[in-house]
Amino acid sequence: MTWLAILGAGLGCYLLKLTGVSLPERVLDHPVVERVADLIPVALLGALVAVQVFADGTQLTLDARTAGLAAAAVALSLRAPFLVVLVVAATTAALLRMAFPAW
Amino acid sequence: MPSPDWSVSTDVTDLARVGPVTDPSPAERSTIIRDGLGVGIATGVYGVSFGAVSVAAGLSVLQTCALSLIMFTGASQFAFVGVAATGGAPVSGALTALMLGTRNTLYGLKLAPLLGFRGWRRVATAALVIDESTAMSVTRESRAAARTGFLTTGLTVFALWNVFTLMGAVTGNQIGDPRTYGLDAAVGGAFLALLWPRLADRRNRFVAGCAAAVAVVAVPVTAAGVPVLVAGGVALLAGLLTPTPPERTEPPGR
Repeated sequence: MTWLAILGAGLGCYLLKLTGVSLPERVLDHPVVERVADLIPVALLGALVAVQVFADGTQLTLDARTAGLAAAAVALSLRAPFLVVLVVAATTAALLRMAFPAW
Repeated sequence: MPSPDWSVSTDVTDLARVGPVTDPSPAERSTIIRDGLGVGIATGVYGVSFGAVSVAAGLSVLQTCALSLIMFTGASQFAFVGVAATGGAPVSGALTALMLGTRNTLYGLKLAPLLGFRGWRRVATAALVIDESTAMSVTRESRAAARTGFLTTGLTVFALWNVFTLMGAVTGNQIGDPRTYGLDAAVGGAFLALLWPRLADRRNRFVAGCAAAVAVVAVPVTAAGVPVLVAGGVALLAGLLTPTPPERTEPPGR
């Protein structure tokens, strides 16, 4: 099942790229198409942040991940590069868990 | 003044589209290559975080490497394993990855006339259409410069992203419980970092906030993986409901 999803989504993502380079550019002329296409990554990434940090299965929790996210936001506002942001988030959560194992 | 010669004028428009006849000078060319390599290395190296996060989410090393080879688009890959990590069905992960992948369709639409690849070259280079290769080529003034930027960046990211994914997956497999190292918190950080540059826009901040709120509300009442898909509907709704902004020929009051 996981393999099927990996191959299906992988091939699908490639076909989305191929579609883009094969269609005429005027498809973008429709303002609604352009707006929705712009907003999809914004909405999905916003939701992914929330779910990744606050969801534990189908329950909502506040734990070390929340602190990790806050630290990541600080790092980003200081213009830290991607990898540094990840390390800051992970280290913050790891140190908190070391101090408070219940988190 | 003689009347405009239409054949010339059409030609000029065409050139403006695909770039001027002058190819980049050797100096410009090496700058483009250097910039492409720089961005490619910086991006490719964080494949190590994807590899580690993916095995932490329960995927095998082989599955992790397959994602980087075939899917090859970071945000979708992180989304796929992120949904898997929260216990979501593989189908939910696949749908989220595909929705995020529509971004590359948009890039392709803008790149195709600029790069002008045909036939097998188009089929092969399509795989390299990602955030970074687009950013490094879409602003170039000639086709040759755009192709150089696109191929240098795209190929560097592809090679390094796959190598570092393997390294991250193998190492991640050996370190034990990923929570001890805060790897689960790193995934949230990764999504925030991918979202961050888009938050400069006020409408985007509003949409991202609404989507996050909708997803949080959906967590207790839907299966894992579904909240993100529900939040994708926010994008659709916001796109349909926002009025088309007036043409930006006169900036109002600025």
